[in-house]
Amino acid sequence: MTDIQYVAPNTLDEAVGAFAAAGDDARVLAGGTDLLVQMRSGMVEPGLIVDIKQVAELTSVEETADGGFIVGAAVSGAVLEEHPRFGQVWPGVLEALNLIGSTQVQGRASAGGNLCNGSPAADSVPAMYAAGAIVTVQGPNGSRQMPVEEFPVGPGKTNLAPGEMLVSFTLPPRPPASSDAYLRMIPRTEMDIAVVGVGVSLTLEDGVCTAARVGLGAVAPTVLLVDAAAEALIGSTLDDAALDAAAAACSAACNPIDDKRGTIAYRTKVAGVLLKRTATIAADRAKGA
Amino acid sequence: MAKLHVSTTINGEPTEFLCEPYETMLDVLRDGLGLTGSKEGCGSGDCGACSITLDNRLVCSCLMLAAEAEGHEINTIEGMAKGENLQPLQQKFLEMAALQCGICTPGMLVAAKSLLEHNPNPTETEVRYWLAGNLCRCTGYDKIVRAVMDTAEEMRGAAQ
Ligand SMILES: Cc1cc2nc3c(=O)[nH]c(=O)nc-3n(C[C@H](O)[C@H](O)[C@H](O)COP(=O)(O)OP(=O)(O)OC[C@H]3O[C@@H](n4cnc5c(N)ncnc54)[C@H](O)[C@@H]3O)c2cc1C
Ligand code: FES
Ligand code: FES
Repeated sequence: MTDIQYVAPNTLDEAVGAFAAAGDDARVLAGGTDLLVQMRSGMVEPGLIVDIKQVAELTSVEETADGGFIVGAAVSGAVLEEHPRFGQVWPGVLEALNLIGSTQVQGRASAGGNLCNGSPAADSVPAMYAAGAIVTVQGPNGSRQMPVEEFPVGPGKTNLAPGEMLVSFTLPPRPPASSDAYLRMIPRTEMDIAVVGVGVSLTLEDGVCTAARVGLGAVAPTVLLVDAAAEALIGSTLDDAALDAAAAACSAACNPIDDKRGTIAYRTKVAGVLLKRTATIAADRAKGA
Repeated sequence: MAKLHVSTTINGEPTEFLCEPYETMLDVLRDGLGLTGSKEGCGSGDCGACSITLDNRLVCSCLMLAAEAEGHEINTIEGMAKGENLQPLQQKFLEMAALQCGICTPGMLVAAKSLLEHNPNPTETEVRYWLAGNLCRCTGYDKIVRAVMDTAEEMRGAAQ
């Protein structure tokens, strides 16, 4: 580890330039809660570390004129929590990000790092899928956007082309009576990796669900967007039959690993149970909104 | 590769140091600056024994590069007592025997101080969740939680 270099550029163009110029050997540093652990264990040995926390676009939270939000890739959960409006509009995204690790970890861990690290169990990712977030990435050939569900392509693998980095998440404006929620199942009550995670975002009109999205984590090689579960909710009053159908769709979407933290049967069953609980919380919040 | 030169503020004192780009803040505090109050229990963010604040935000110094301290303010356990005067949490930990071997104690104190700055009137549940990233092998946590709750109450009383 003697040839390693560290830079902390002040602009996005400088950050992308330095990152792209260094090739495969470079790593972006956001909160470092994955990267430093990986460096210490010898899993990664970067030649260049590009600390992106001096770049304004990557560290700011902006509410747009139409009521959407642009969240910089490196914004920590603790900073997002302090935003006066974000948690009112997107309580599910916020609670998902702030389930990550301890208070200490939340002071650093970002949604961008959580997504780029590529874990299928990353807590904020199902909530971002449910929210319908659009991600903006920038590389040597300029910037592009994609729906967040197109970003992960496998465990630890993303859609980023060489030299590209994640810039921000854009969350759409919210119709009235909309809300979201995220729940995960873990063997402990804190500081553990999700066995299943479910994010639900929905809109109600006169008690009828008119729009819904469901993100499902930790049960497949990537986080999944479960359209069939969303379709089961849309058009219903979120009655038992609709919730049962959506739960069955989540269970059917599962393709989980079998390990000491959860068997295939357990994860598949819990995915359905959590869908019902999460949708109910999102609906209660939407009624209060 | 030349070492990096970092200018920062540690416990209110302007401080400069040289570090390797891969060194953590914990490495530099302990080995470079002789501030050995912050402990290394795990080096992977799990135990909280290395807790410090960075611009008043609680972080694990083992998960932060020393180079990231440039231009920022660091506070460690060494800055908690003012000379011989213990900070109220330190006094209460002693009185209520909220420590045994003491390895977790600097991290617990730094984390608890940060909690009371954010929330002077925490519930027991809030204390337990805030301190969930600080592991203790000895006490069973109960005395620590009670010491934090008692200190909070006293500090609220003193502030009135
Ligand atoms: C004690 C502990 C507990 C944890 N608990 C949880 C948990 O409960 N749930 C959970 O989901 N995770 C957990 N994690 C993992 C980790 O905290 C999260 O994945 C976190 O969101 C990572 O964010 P970061 O900003 O620290 O990322 P970093 O470590 O800075 O980066 C992570 C990876 O993404 C890359 N990267 C970061 N930002 C960008 C970018 N903008 N563009 C391109 N690449 C980028 C980095 O190069 C690195 O490979 C835990 C970690 C620790 C140490
Ligand atoms: S040494 Fe930093 S959390 Fe354990
Ligand atoms: S007193 Fe020994 S680890 Fe806490």
